[in-house]
This record gives sequence, C-alpha cells and structure tokens, in this order.
Amino acid sequence: MSNLDPSGPPAAEPTARHTITFTVNGEAVTAEVESRLLLTDFLRHRLRLTGTHVGCEQGACGACTIQLDGQPVRSCLLLAAQVDGRDIRTIEGLAGPDDELTAVQQAFADQHGLQCGFCTPGFVMSVTSLKEQTQATGQAPTEAEVQDCVDSSYCRCTGYVNIRKAARQALGLPVDVPVSLDSTSGEVSE
Amino acid sequence: MSTEPTDWLIGQSVPRVEDDRLLRGAGRYTDDLHVPDALEVAFLRSTEAHARITSIDISAAKAMPGVIAVYDGASVVDRIKPLLNAEELRVPPGIAALDPINKLQPAPILATDEVNYVGQPVAMVVAETRYLAEDAIEVIDVAYELLPAVIDVEAALAEDAPLVLLGEDDNIGVHVRHGKGDTDAALASAAAVITETFSTQRYVCAPIETRGLVAQQDPFTGSLTIWSTTQTPHRVRDHVAGAIGLPVDDVRVQSVDVGGGFGQKGILVVEELLVPFAAHDLGRPVRWIADRFENLTADAHAREQVHHITLGADADGTLVAVKDHIVVNLGARNMVGLVVPYNALCHLIGPYQVANADLEATGVLTNTTFTSPYRGAGRPEATFAMERAMDRLAVELGIEPSELRRRNLITSEQMPYETGLLDRRGVPQEYDSGDYPAMLDRAVEMIDVPAVRARQAAEPDRRIGVGFALYLEMTGLGPFEGARVEVMPSGRVRLYTGAPSQGQGHRTVFAQILADTMGVAFDDIDVLAGDTASIPYGVGTIASRALVTAGNATAQAGELVRQRILEAAAGVLEANAADLTIEQGIISVTGTPSVELTLADLIRSVPKLAGGSGSDGLGETSYFQPPNYATASGAHAVTVEVDTATGRVEILDYVVVHEAGTIVNPVVADAQVIGGVGQGIGGIMSEHLRYDENGQPITSTFSDYLMPISEMVPEIRMDEIVCPSPTNPLGVKGLGEGGAVGPPAAIANAVEDALRPEGVSVLSGPLSPGRILDMLRDSEVSR
Ligand code: FES
Ligand code: FES
Repeated sequence: MSNLDPSGPPAAEPTARHTITFTVNGEAVTAEVESRLLLTDFLRHRLRLTGTHVGCEQGACGACTIQLDGQPVRSCLLLAAQVDGRDIRTIEGLAGPDDELTAVQQAFADQHGLQCGFCTPGFVMSVTSLKEQTQATGQAPTEAEVQDCVDSSYCRCTGYVNIRKAARQALGLPVDVPVSLDSTSGEVSE
Repeated sequence: MSTEPTDWLIGQSVPRVEDDRLLRGAGRYTDDLHVPDALEVAFLRSTEAHARITSIDISAAKAMPGVIAVYDGASVVDRIKPLLNAEELRVPPGIAALDPINKLQPAPILATDEVNYVGQPVAMVVAETRYLAEDAIEVIDVAYELLPAVIDVEAALAEDAPLVLLGEDDNIGVHVRHGKGDTDAALASAAAVITETFSTQRYVCAPIETRGLVAQQDPFTGSLTIWSTTQTPHRVRDHVAGAIGLPVDDVRVQSVDVGGGFGQKGILVVEELLVPFAAHDLGRPVRWIADRFENLTADAHAREQVHHITLGADADGTLVAVKDHIVVNLGARNMVGLVVPYNALCHLIGPYQVANADLEATGVLTNTTFTSPYRGAGRPEATFAMERAMDRLAVELGIEPSELRRRNLITSEQMPYETGLLDRRGVPQEYDSGDYPAMLDRAVEMIDVPAVRARQAAEPDRRIGVGFALYLEMTGLGPFEGARVEVMPSGRVRLYTGAPSQGQGHRTVFAQILADTMGVAFDDIDVLAGDTASIPYGVGTIASRALVTAGNATAQAGELVRQRILEAAAGVLEANAADLTIEQGIISVTGTPSVELTLADLIRSVPKLAGGSGSDGLGETSYFQPPNYATASGAHAVTVEVDTATGRVEILDYVVVHEAGTIVNPVVADAQVIGGVGQGIGGIMSEHLRYDENGQPITSTFSDYLMPISEMVPEIRMDEIVCPSPTNPLGVKGLGEGGAVGPPAAIANAVEDALRPEGVSVLSGPLSPGRILDMLRDSEVSR
C-alpha cells in the first residue's frame, strides 16, 4: 500500500479546515480535513481504504472497527480531525495484497466465519486486538473476554456460530464449545 | 456429466472463493466504488404519518453551497412514472379465480399533495457531498396539514376508520379466501376445538449493508450504468428504463459485492428510480447509500401479522379442520400484493394432513412504512400461529405435543402429496418429496423429550420447557433463471447468471456445479452474477430460488457447452466426438493419451478453422423453468429455562433437522440454516419495530431496535435427511429462508411449556425480559 494522497474538502464545505498528520497502516499521512468529517468517511472516501465498513454510524454495529494506537475503536464515532498525531491500523494493514492471510483472517476462512463479508473487517479487527493483547500479556483470554469480543459487532448473516469458532481458532482455544444442557445462571448443577 | 463420481465437487465443502478478497478488506461493495466526481444525495422525508402537503419551498436549498439540484414532487411528477412492483403484484389465473382483492396503489416518486407514513420521500437534494446535501435538506420548508392517522390493523378495519390513503374506498389492500371441505361442519362435530389469536410483531430485515446505488451516464451513448445492492438487477433495469423513458437496452444494472439482503433489497423503492433519474438529468454520476436511520424507518418493514386461528381434532388428536383469519399489516400501500399474505395462507397447514380448511387473508393499510417479504415471507408468521395452536391442542387433549404432531404428519409414502389447495401459482399445491415423520423422530430423539419431562418433574421449582416447530417451504420460485457459459480466450470458463449473491456464496457453489457438468477445473471457472449486460433476462435471488433455478440453468448451459467443445475438438483432433473426454479442462482421445488439447488451444483455433461451422465461440445460454416447487422442510426443537425473577429466557439446547434435497456444499448449506436461525431468534427474542400512537417510529437506531448479538444465539445442533427433489435434474431444493421459519414458534412453545405452572399465555413476541415479566404479572392478576 502506498500513495495515500488524500484529496481535501470540497470548496463549498462551510466548516473549518485542519491539517492533520498521522500514520495509517505504517505510512505517514498529512491531510487537510473539515471539522465535521467522520473518520470513516475520511478513511473510505479520501484515503480510499474501503475495507473499513459503515453499518450504522451510531456506534452500535461494529462494522467500522479499526485500531487506534493499538486499541479497537469505532471509527464512525471519531472525527478525522481527532486523529492528529495518532496511529491507525485498518483491515488493509493486516495482510498485504500478496502476503498470506494473518492467523485471524485465516481462521475466518477456515471456519466459514463470513457470508456477505460486510461485518467481517470489524470482527477481524476486534479479534486481532484481543489476540495481540493476549500475546502482549502472555495470558490466555478468558471466556468472558472472548464473549465480549464477539459480542462487539453485529452480523446479520451467520448467526455468529462460525464467527465464534473462527475467534476461538484464532485465539488458540478449542474450536467447539460443548453444548451444556444447563443454564448459565448456575442455580442447580448436575 | 463427465468426471468420475469420486471427483465430484457437488456434495463437497469446497472452501469459498469469495473469502480471500473479503478478508483482506478488498471487497467492492456499492459504497466502495470510486466513481470520479460522483454527486451525493440526501432525501427530505415526511415527518408526519398522514398529512396534506400545503406548500413546499425548495428555493433556499437550491442556493446552498455545493448543491447541484433539488427536486420536489412537482418537479418529477411528469418526468418519472410512479413505482409499481408489477412482478410481485401479478395475480395468476388460478388465484384470480378465487376472486381476490389486490389493489394497485402506485407509490408516488416524491410526495406531491399527501404523505402517508413517516419517512416517505418528499424532496431530493443532489450535492457535492452527503454533508452538503444534508445541510440543504435542513432549509427546505414543508407545511403540513395533519390528517387522522391509523397505525393499528384492527383500528384500520373499524367501520368508521379514517382512510390511510385518501381516494381509496377503505383500508383493505389485499383479500383472499381459500379452503377445502366443510370446515364449519367439521369443527361443529370435532371432539376438541381450540381458538386463539397469535401475532407476530413488525420487524426489519436490516442487513448490515443498507440499500444503495451509484448511477452513471455514459457521455458518449447516453446509456446508464447502475451499480446496486439489489437482489433483482434485471427488475431494477426494467423499472428504471420504464420510469424515466430510456430503452431497456440502454440501462445496465450491475450487482457488486452485496452485504446481505434478506428480502429488503428484493423489492424496488422510489429512491432506486430517483437516483438514476438524477444521473440522467444532470449528466453526472450520483450516489445514494441509505443511512441506518433511513434503513430502519423508511425502507421496507416486515412480518406484522395477526392470526385468529381455530383447530378441531378427534379425541385421538387427528386434525379434522383448520380455520384461520390472517390479518397482515401492509403499511401505507399495497407494494407486493398477495406474496406475503398468500404465502402465509398456503404454508399454514404445512406438513399435516387435514381434510377441511377455511383460510382467509386480509392485507390492511396503515399509516406506517410499506412492507416487503423478509426471509420466509409469511411462513415464520404462519408457522408461529399453526405450531402454537398445535401445542394448545396437545395440552387440551393431554397428548405429548411431539406425539400429536406425529399422528398428523403426511408420510413419505404419500409423496408426491396434493394438499387440495392452490399454491402461489394458482395450480394444485403438490409437495414433491420429503420424510416428515423421520425428521420429527430425529428431532425428538436429539432434544430428548423424555429427559426434559423427567427434569421438569424432578425440579418443579425451575421453569424449564421444550418446544417444537415443523414447517415446509415451497422453494425454487419460477418462472425461470438463466445461465450463460462461455469459454474465454484464455481458456478459462465464465458463468453469467441473473441471480446475484448477497453472501450465499454463488461464486463457489455455482462453480462446483459447472466444474462437475463440464469437466473443467474448479479453479478455472469465474462466476459473474447479476450483471444485466451479460445475460438479457433474469429474475434474481429471492424466495429460496437461486440454487434451484440458476443452479439447474448452469448445469444445462454447461452441458450444452460441453457438447460444443467435444464437437469442435473432434474437428481439430480429427477424431470422433464420441471418443473424446474432458477432464480438468483437458480434452483427450480415449485410448490415445498422447493426444491432448487444452480449452485455451481449442478456443484459439475454433474461430480460425477453415471449413468451420460458422458459429465461432464456445458459449451457450440456457434458461431453467422449474415445473413445480421443490418443497424443503425442517423440524426445530428447543429447550429453554425462564428465570421468573428477571424474565430472562435462556436457550439451553437448540436442534435443527432439515431437509433440502441434494446438498451442493454442506458447510455453506449448514451456515445458511444457522444464519436463518439467528435471525429467527432475534425476531422472537428482541426485535420489534415500534410506532407510537401518532405513527412516529420509536426504534429508529440500533440502540433501540435490538438485533441479536453473539451471546443470544446458542450453539445449534444439526442433522439432516436427504430427499432429492424430482422437480429438477440436480435434485436440489432452496434453503436460504428455512432456518428463519422455525425459531419463533419453537421458542414460544418452549417458553409457554416452561411457564405452564404459572398459567402464562404466549401470544406474540418479542419474549424480552420486560414482556415476560408483564406476562407473569398478567397471569397472576387473572388467576
Ligand atoms: S458504523 Fe460504526 S458502529 Fe456501526
Ligand atoms: S457476514 Fe454478512 S453481516 Fe456478517
């Protein structure tokens, strides 16, 4: 990836302009952006990094999840002007066009964890973040952390079962969750 | 077919060719397409459920920075024809003989003098960016004079109800009544009769990618290209051409990567005519992508139905009669006619045999957003009513609910089975194949009914219950779908079809079929679906039809091309066509392995061959017209525990046994079923598109409209039985919708079973904690 050459705001744009400098997928970018420009629109339409998707612009669906300074965030809830000096990673920054898929991406392919693929970049970025966190701390993720991670985005196609399997494979956990016929409320154990 | 059965790809879980690109963020969804200098659109939408527009002033908007054009109703009324989803509104002759009501109520392109629901398009701004377009929307002045609005179906049917659409005689958009035998007499003499009203609330397909399109006019020819999220590209082509007066050959619609559809993208809306019109009018590319607020409030809704159902049975549980009055909330206009009401009607009885039926469906107009089919299209709603009623009947008769079902099932020996009713085409309804008793037995065994009953007895303080839902789905809707297969100059093979994918994996599944048919390597096949320029006719991907119709068309076209290849190769190799075989794309002479020809060699020499046939390519187009529906079926069984302190329903175990004929790709097929189950669980557990009493939608964001997240969908234990369909050469049936049909009924049955000691009646969803607590409170009050 190279030649990130963002166009600036249209001449008619009434809000103030800001010059921002930041890195995206390891590359330094300087751009002029208008005050109200959402980070999603900036990434997708000015930098043409269209792998980050938009499902709601309400912070609910998670399709727009990227990493900001290594942490997963909803890019639809940020303005482009807020990322001055920050470090961004998007789905395009995981495996280059000719590289092998990362272990997380490969797990989604292996487990058929995507159908339409629209929610997929968000899930892949969330699982990647959890995986990197567990690698950094040397601690295996807890079941609660895995559940929080896959609960962070909506998928309307898969019913989540294969997304959970993909996440578990990527995180080095047993893929199949045994079906426990008891409730999780734990009132009675058999 | 050419390759050895052991090599066959049909039946194998071939990994999807779609995935690599999508996983890298290299998909090309409609909003990803970079079309230089594309303008963007924002719509001003009605803020009122029912009102007269007394004035609109767009002059200030036109003067806003970056605005290129502003259109209101008056400026387009003579330039774009109103929208009528004519394909869906057609009434086949057999149904016409039932004397139905099916009012044609074209949707105005932009409202002129009346608005009928909140969200209806009133004006369109085209500007340099969406931000600037939305700025201009803010300064459009519309004056409304409020009219009485009707939101609820029962209120809309009242004698003195205000009219939803001025100028109509009443609020009925659709009506049909159909049956067999003498239902009233059978009910009068039945040993047991139960009557109840079950309803399904309104919900929304809400694919994560919303509807959108980009339209561009060719500066040289004036023709229009439209990149679209549609499920039905050829229909969009025909409608756009007709509405704005272009020759149909000058409109090209291309489906690109699409982020889910589920029915919402299967019908046309006025925005899909307005955006191409603007591109044509302005001579510049124009883009519109619905935002989530538009998707939830102003794009098609679904599912809202009330069933007043009565079942009658003998003392041994044999069903003798079914009576149902189905009331469907159509929204502000009759957009898709009999599709959903009649689907509900003719799928209601499902896998059961019953001699007498009296089924009536009324589609009612209300001042709410219009509705479309949503995955299952009337079947989840009908199954909810029928299967809930079966449980009530079982309790009344003191028979285990699964046993009551068993006693009434059509058996495999009775296949093909004529129900005595008319199907959606208006011809006698015939189930082609299936083994419903085997399916039910498998589900009963997997969920282990005796164990659940023992547990209920052993732990009387817990609220554990079990529920079933059985259903059928008549899949593979006609009239046709096509496939064009072409050997390309490189020797690779391309398949073109009108049925695009919204995530179902057509590029993989259709290539499996074509590889087997032609003897070409899977990796040498490219599938391009949903481009009207590459195949002249198409219907699209709706109604669990793509595999049956486009899949079989693919096999037909592939076989024709294989014959062409053999004939052409016979000429080049100076051999007898009957002695040639194709394997992995290499043509060889039986018994002479040294003589080989690749498809690339062949296609290079064919047009240049002296004394050739004059037809210089290796391509064929074929259309498949299914003679009958391929009827798929399913049995869902679920155990739940309800926490009466919090109202939380927990799914302890979920079992699906399904039957969908020959399975082409098992992993993809299972995932389609599970995806449907996830949507069904969302529907019964949490989703509800609500209006207040004035017709204002109050669940207009994903924070209020509650879709399921991962923790709401449990592991699904699956099994299948296979009854290949005799209606098509591949023996396949559709299964895209089936998974969504079972969960509402199965889960509601399990919850009522669990709460039987509390005397709770489950009549409708969603079964959210709050509603469960309300039901518990109500039952205490009534006791
Ligand atoms: S688009 Fe950001 S959370 Fe949905
Ligand atoms: S794969 Fe379609 S939304 Fe998740």
